[in-house]
Amino acid sequence: MYNFDYEQPSTIADAVAALGAEDAQALGGGQTLIPTMKQRLASPSKLVSLAAIPEMKGVCAEDGAVSIGGGTTHATVAAEAGAHYPALADLASHIGDPAVRNRGTCGGSLANNDPSACYPAAALGSGATIVTNAREIAADDYFQGMFTTALDEGEIVTSVRFPIPEAANYQKFVQPASRFALVGVYVAKYADGVRVAVTGASEDGVFRWSEAEEALNKNFSGDALMDLSINPANMIGDLHGSKEYRAHLVGVMTKRAVAACG
Amino acid sequence: MPKDSGIGASSKRREDVRFLTGEGNYTDDINVHGQAHVYFLRSDIAHGTINSIGTEAAAGMPGVVRIFTGADFEGVGGIPCGWQVTDRNGEPMQEPPHPILAQGKVRHVGDPIAAVVAETLEQARDAAEAIELDIAELPAVVDMKAAAAEGSTKVHDDLTSNICYDWVLGETDEQVVSDTFANAAHVTTLDLVNNRLVANPMEPRVAVGDYSRGTDEHTLYTTSQNPHVIRLLMCAFVLGLPEHKVRVVAPDVGGGFGTKIFHYAEEAFVTFAAKACNRPVKWTASRSEAFMSDAHGRDHVTTIELALDGDNNFIGLRTNTHANMGAYLSTFSSSVPTWLHGTLMAGNYKTPMIQVNVKAMFTNTVPVDAYRGAGRPEATFQLERVIDKAARELGVDPIALRRQNFITEFPYDTPVALTYDTGDYNGTMDKLEAAADIAGFAARKAESEANGKLRGLGVNCYIEACGIAPSNIVGMLGARAGLYDAATVRVNATGSISVMVGAHSHGQGHETAFPQVVAEMIGIDESQVEIVHGDTSKIPFGMGTYGSRSLAVCGSAMVRATEKIINKAKKIAAHLLEASDADIELKDGQFTVAGTDKSVAWGDVTLTAYVPHNFPLEDIEPGLEETAFYDPANFTYPAGAYACEVEVDPETGKVTIERFAAADDFGNIVNPMIVDGQVHGGIGQGIGQALLENCVYDDNGQLLSASYMDYAMPRADDVPFYTVDHSSQTPCTHNPLGVKGCGEAGAIGSPPAVVNAVIDALQSGGKDIGHIDMPVSPSRVWAAMNG
Repeated sequence: MYNFDYEQPSTIADAVAALGAEDAQALGGGQTLIPTMKQRLASPSKLVSLAAIPEMKGVCAEDGAVSIGGGTTHATVAAEAGAHYPALADLASHIGDPAVRNRGTCGGSLANNDPSACYPAAALGSGATIVTNAREIAADDYFQGMFTTALDEGEIVTSVRFPIPEAANYQKFVQPASRFALVGVYVAKYADGVRVAVTGASEDGVFRWSEAEEALNKNFSGDALMDLSINPANMIGDLHGSKEYRAHLVGVMTKRAVAACG
Repeated sequence: MPKDSGIGASSKRREDVRFLTGEGNYTDDINVHGQAHVYFLRSDIAHGTINSIGTEAAAGMPGVVRIFTGADFEGVGGIPCGWQVTDRNGEPMQEPPHPILAQGKVRHVGDPIAAVVAETLEQARDAAEAIELDIAELPAVVDMKAAAAEGSTKVHDDLTSNICYDWVLGETDEQVVSDTFANAAHVTTLDLVNNRLVANPMEPRVAVGDYSRGTDEHTLYTTSQNPHVIRLLMCAFVLGLPEHKVRVVAPDVGGGFGTKIFHYAEEAFVTFAAKACNRPVKWTASRSEAFMSDAHGRDHVTTIELALDGDNNFIGLRTNTHANMGAYLSTFSSSVPTWLHGTLMAGNYKTPMIQVNVKAMFTNTVPVDAYRGAGRPEATFQLERVIDKAARELGVDPIALRRQNFITEFPYDTPVALTYDTGDYNGTMDKLEAAADIAGFAARKAESEANGKLRGLGVNCYIEACGIAPSNIVGMLGARAGLYDAATVRVNATGSISVMVGAHSHGQGHETAFPQVVAEMIGIDESQVEIVHGDTSKIPFGMGTYGSRSLAVCGSAMVRATEKIINKAKKIAAHLLEASDADIELKDGQFTVAGTDKSVAWGDVTLTAYVPHNFPLEDIEPGLEETAFYDPANFTYPAGAYACEVEVDPETGKVTIERFAAADDFGNIVNPMIVDGQVHGGIGQGIGQALLENCVYDDNGQLLSASYMDYAMPRADDVPFYTVDHSSQTPCTHNPLGVKGCGEAGAIGSPPAVVNAVIDALQSGGKDIGHIDMPVSPSRVWAAMNG
């Protein structure tokens, strides 16, 4: 690891100011950034920890939505979101291992936008609103490809607002080594329509499977998906599964998520 | 009733107290005053010619003590190979040099190019980044069959080809072989890959070199399974140091699994550099370094053919294997695909004609050597897979086909150079059928099917040659070492005992099990006996721990030394009791004159040995300490039968292991609980190989599975609860304890059971699938089902 400066502000405003330094980088739970730095693959001049900002922490329900502070750990979401949004709490409870869940944060995961992470599927599948220090961004506009988001330099995810659906479920088929999602599908049924978000599968990162949404809007059952398939061309193909296998799993996991919605 | 101490008791592992409470003393816990740290700059390409290494700028970086390159080692030897294999034409194998730091070429990703010694590890890394490398990349040799082809790029320019040796065992008359197959009623052929594995002990490799100018003595602290072997190889072949000036210490070691047997360049480097820098030098591998510098395991590509007559008797077996050596020959690499593999191709069966051919290949990959089982898992996998495939092709019960062909009379001379001393394969299979509840499988299968899952049952047998080995035999086969072991039993004045053993314990529980034997022989409490191991300055000699040999070989030395102790103690007791030593009996720690009530306690005798006021000084010396070296008459032959039940999710291809049963014949057993644990761990690693683990290189020789993000280790929820039965016991006929060894069985016996079960499940689901290579991952199962 190369040397770096470290700051731990206690307000969002101070964090934003600290991130103004050249090559400064925000540090959430550090579950991706720290290993990358230890490999000497990242060399920020300064780390600005978001771990001591009270206004970025916590889970609260209001106006039919659950709001998760950007600095809230997966373990806290798993423990506290269940009463309002069980599928979201369940997703958080299966991220990584206990060490990851007790350090990693919702905002950190969404800012990183790993193509195999779980939270992007929940945010996109719920039509969440990403709240930053500067603005509010709809999930549909936020995710812009692998490790790419609408965030500007120095912009911080302060909270995420997840509208509470009538029913939702996340099905994760794990990559055997990392246990990230080889394919993860988040299905959420709202009064105004069904949303289906897929993570792990695409070279473009998390995406909505619109054909499945249309079919499920007409008939919310696994049968509605029988004739649908995903084009393997844009899927990820690697050691752990071919493009065709991932495309196949998208269908299987979507059916299972719909079935689990009851 | 189970015993509560001594041989046969499940004594709790005394070493676990320190391991589980953070009180272990591992090599990385050792920090020598004034030590510097070394960082190895390793090749990030698989194959290239080194034009220049510019160290000038780096040498001026903060904290740098000295930078070493291959040029600094031109005057010393390279890493030796401990086993010379003779090829089919009687010629010795090709044996290229293996320098401490790369000289002329880099030959695999991870090959060390330079070593930076600095005050801190971070400073060493900073300086390593400033080293200017000019390396011209060459085409990488990765695929073994392509490597064997005429005109292939050569890994070692001075060799005639990439073939290390082309070796044959068993029937050498090609006419006999082809006649056997021509006369067969049925021939089953199977092409398979035995996947390359990375051992991944929890503790990475560490080495600390220390040197005293005042005494000209070296000390090497290292993560080793065999400190004496390291000292011998390093002194005699690499650095040219006198052994009496070199102490090698292997303290607590956090798992070895074979990969810590070998003498590694980093060990020789820190020893050399400590003197060159006049500073202690420490190296601790990162996990990334472990992936690209620990010797890998397995990596065979095989075609096997089984010939059967019209009554389904096995009449011939022919197998052709390409075995990967990697870029250099690691310490025991050459012996693994030959004498630890070809010799096991008879398995548990009386196949009269066997021909084994192995081509060992150099490639631009990390060296490959022994990993838990070492050759025997590869032999077992191909044999038990082809038998299973034959049973399915013939429509006969796989268990019945095996039973029909079992060896039932002992001793049995196989056509592939071994003599099995004892065994009861039908008896062991009986135990398995009960332990696995094979009779209940049909009901469980119906239940799985009702839940939309395919269920399969896979059974296989295994046999190992363990307790390696008789020195005279392995010497004839090319070993450049003896394979005896040694123990010194030192009785203290008050009767407690220290036993200095050549075997090294790194998870096997020797510190518990070995004292059970000595305590039983004398009749004292186990707590009065302690094992000392892992330090060449404390123990007489030792060939170390591998090949399931510790109790069978070193334990036998310990028994012999203890017998000498008892004989001498009886003489002392006879003197004290004024009797003839022939009349002295030892029981429960009391020496008694036979037929009388005259007795003297163990502690009184031992005190007399060290306070010899009343002592037969004219007949024997004071003191009570004896050493024995033991060289076995034969290998030992643990054998068993394993059964695995899997469920396959037909939608995703995911395999889950629902049940796993093991019936092993380990001969006599000292500590059943430790044996259970060894079997559990071995099966866990076997399931890892069968379902999860895979070390993969791309066509350019880049290691794709270089971290736990892509190399899948088994986790607790990947394995089931095991049913382990080791009540089938035919004691080894030639060692004093009648023990055979249990350390590798699980890893040898389990992979074919898993794959056989998956194939059974898929075939019962109507899929005509003959084989799926390991790891049987969800994507591979799905691809096979939809191929």
